[in-house]
Amino acid sequence: MFGRRPQSAAAIATLSLAIGLSALPGGASRAETVLRIAMTAADLPDWRGQPDQGFEGYRFVGYSLYDGIVAWDLSRSDQEAGIRPGLATSWSVDPDDHKKWIFELRQGVKFHDGCDWNADSAVWNIDRMISDKNPAFTPYNFGRGRSRTSSIDHAEKLGDYKIAIYTRHPESLFPFNLAYVLMLSKCAVEKAGNNLDVYAKNPVGTGPYKFASTVPHERVEFVKNSDYWDKGRVPKHDRVVLLPMPEVTTRVAALLSGQVDLIEAPSPDTIPALKAAGMQIVTNVYPHTWPYLLNMAKGPFRDVRVRQAANYAINRGEMVELLSGVAVPSYGMFVPEQARYYGHPFEYPFDPKKSIELLKEANCYPCEIFVAISTSGSGQMQPLPMNELVKEQLEKGGFKVKFDTLDWNAVLDVFIKGQEKFPYDAINFSSGANDPLSGFLKAVMSEYKAPVGSNWGWYSNPEVDAIAYKLLASFDPAVYEPMLRQLHEMVSRDARSLFIVSDLNPRALSPRLHGFVQAQSWFQDITPITISQ
Amino acid sequence: MWVYVARRLLLAVPIALGVTVICFGLVFLAPGDPLASLIPGDVSPADLAKMRQLYGFDKPIPVQYALWLGRAVTGDLGVSLQTGRPVLAEVTGAIGNTFVIASGAVLLAFSLAFILGTVAAYHVGRPADRLATAAAVLGVSIPNYWLGIVLIIVFAVKLNILPATGMGSKGSTSFNILDWAQAKYAVLPIITMAMVPLGIIMRTTRSAVAEVLNQDFVQMLRAKGLGPVAILRHSVRNALPQMLAVMGLQLGYLVGGSILIETVFTWPGTGFLLNKAILTRDIPVIQGTILVLALNFVAINLAVDLIQTAVDPRIKRT
Repeated sequence: MFGRRPQSAAAIATLSLAIGLSALPGGASRAETVLRIAMTAADLPDWRGQPDQGFEGYRFVGYSLYDGIVAWDLSRSDQEAGIRPGLATSWSVDPDDHKKWIFELRQGVKFHDGCDWNADSAVWNIDRMISDKNPAFTPYNFGRGRSRTSSIDHAEKLGDYKIAIYTRHPESLFPFNLAYVLMLSKCAVEKAGNNLDVYAKNPVGTGPYKFASTVPHERVEFVKNSDYWDKGRVPKHDRVVLLPMPEVTTRVAALLSGQVDLIEAPSPDTIPALKAAGMQIVTNVYPHTWPYLLNMAKGPFRDVRVRQAANYAINRGEMVELLSGVAVPSYGMFVPEQARYYGHPFEYPFDPKKSIELLKEANCYPCEIFVAISTSGSGQMQPLPMNELVKEQLEKGGFKVKFDTLDWNAVLDVFIKGQEKFPYDAINFSSGANDPLSGFLKAVMSEYKAPVGSNWGWYSNPEVDAIAYKLLASFDPAVYEPMLRQLHEMVSRDARSLFIVSDLNPRALSPRLHGFVQAQSWFQDITPITISQ
Repeated sequence: MWVYVARRLLLAVPIALGVTVICFGLVFLAPGDPLASLIPGDVSPADLAKMRQLYGFDKPIPVQYALWLGRAVTGDLGVSLQTGRPVLAEVTGAIGNTFVIASGAVLLAFSLAFILGTVAAYHVGRPADRLATAAAVLGVSIPNYWLGIVLIIVFAVKLNILPATGMGSKGSTSFNILDWAQAKYAVLPIITMAMVPLGIIMRTTRSAVAEVLNQDFVQMLRAKGLGPVAILRHSVRNALPQMLAVMGLQLGYLVGGSILIETVFTWPGTGFLLNKAILTRDIPVIQGTILVLALNFVAINLAVDLIQTAVDPRIKRT
């Protein structure tokens, strides 16, 4: 669809990039290097704390302006992105009280406004997220962060650079939660009269970028924080411009015409043209699966044979082909690269005959199912053509599929409220198991049946529950990681979901960009990117 | 005439009320939940109830509407659930942005439609008429989002002479229509947006001018020896009220924004704003935008009526 742009276009784009000159210490001057990113979001992510716009908000705004007490290690592309020290240098659970986590905070870190990062600011940040008595409490930060903060009882200062966070019950995987809780400058918020709408005009964190300017709904600009505490992550460019561009064709055209330098999620059919135009296409596996969540409380999927039949009916290779190779088959809730949790789940082969046999055994042939799908949405990939293919494959395997096509908000509502209030046998809802707590355990434990948690289809296996409780009370990874692998294998055998594919997260970059390392994560580190003129 | 203006303005009140009641009801009837976009999927029912209370969604829908209306009559349209920014500022900013391309599109469409429609009216049934009519049908029939994408590919990607997206190199706040470096961002959206009104205004112009040309007074003018230009002037003047009425309607319609065009070009207008608000069930923004657009539509139609009166004194407004 798109052709190679003329040579002159590159020159024009380069000139348009050179927005202003900055003086160098030696008296010489160089063009400011600007990285312009087209996001898939329909609007700019919120920067008043916890971002909205899904994980794209965290990726580009949250982790640019702010840090968490715990951080993601996004430095490598060849291994799972786990957690590492962020604004805390270390943490441990109190051996005498498994509900008390002790964090040693990093010293010498300053917020962009010059205020110190210390125990007072850490405790204040935790408190504003959970207590409506805190003057800086806001419903949106409370709501957006709630799945990460619901287990926090309170935080306490133990020293200038030492805090304790108390959880409501023992939770060995608790530190993962803190990678999502972003630390704001207490000074800046108080200076804004604890009004985060006022604070939004000059947000202050400790992150690798400082807020520069915004045009609401259109663009936000950050400049590099040369004093960033993590010297290895001081940005290698001067400025970042983030542009919301929800229409994929527009994003591709903007990259090809030199209006932006990096685009998120080009559609598979545009990738050949982008490559032909000299653009870099980067992909990597990451914890993003595209399954059907099955209703196990009512309807045909109560029977494990029907659930397994659906998994046998899917030709995952054909789906990968439909997506031009930017996906891989999926057989579980994690991806194989998450080796600490993945184990050896059963790999359902494509076998429509077996599917029909199982359905006949289960007295459900043809097996009528009613599925809620979305037209778009965060992580939903190419929902319409993909669902059409799933329907075709399921019907060859003995199912009769009826779709209810909803917009993303309506599907979110179905997911949050759980299967009980809706007539669906399944919903197509993508999943991001970044961590084993919110991405896995809370989706399979009986305690977390929606609307209490994210176990939408009310999957329930007492054996799974027993192991899960045991692992949450085990604080040694050598003990709980094998348990996680065991659970993952059990959930796969139970066909908790219709596992289909996981995404390879394509991005397209201008040939002028260098140094980007695509981590196996929903989040990415853009600081190493250099821009040639 | 002032009585007429006052009456029309008063009539705008029940229109606005009706629009907001229907809109409010529809938002709650549609599947989805405004809180779904504000919370993660695994919050507990207790936390969800707390959020509902914090945002005021725990109150009965009529009470929520009454509270909203009470604030709206004082000019306070609330704040966006998503951004926390005042709705009035959001809407007025977006309308201003849409007005740039809507007015450009209507002017472009009117100019072209006037020429094509008049030529067609003068040559009814002949090839010129058929060509002009075909152009009008094409304008109405081509899906404008498709045309937008094609224009982007041709002019931004292939020829690289116009930008593909956005409203100026630094955003709408520094947009200046008199500066070509900024104004060029509006060219493709304007052309795309002009296609439908071009077809509609052209068809109206053709039928209005053709009708006038068949009237007795035109025969009289010809008998008196007036040249074609003078006859054209008389014909157009008589057809103008009808054309203006259609043009006004089109302007009102376009200021409402085109969700598809503004999304394709990432143009930060009312269509773009409303689309985002609907998808996230941002009720204050939906309500505020619809209210302002409804009032705007009434105002544009009133202005067109008054211009019609000025152009054609036979039309009395009492």
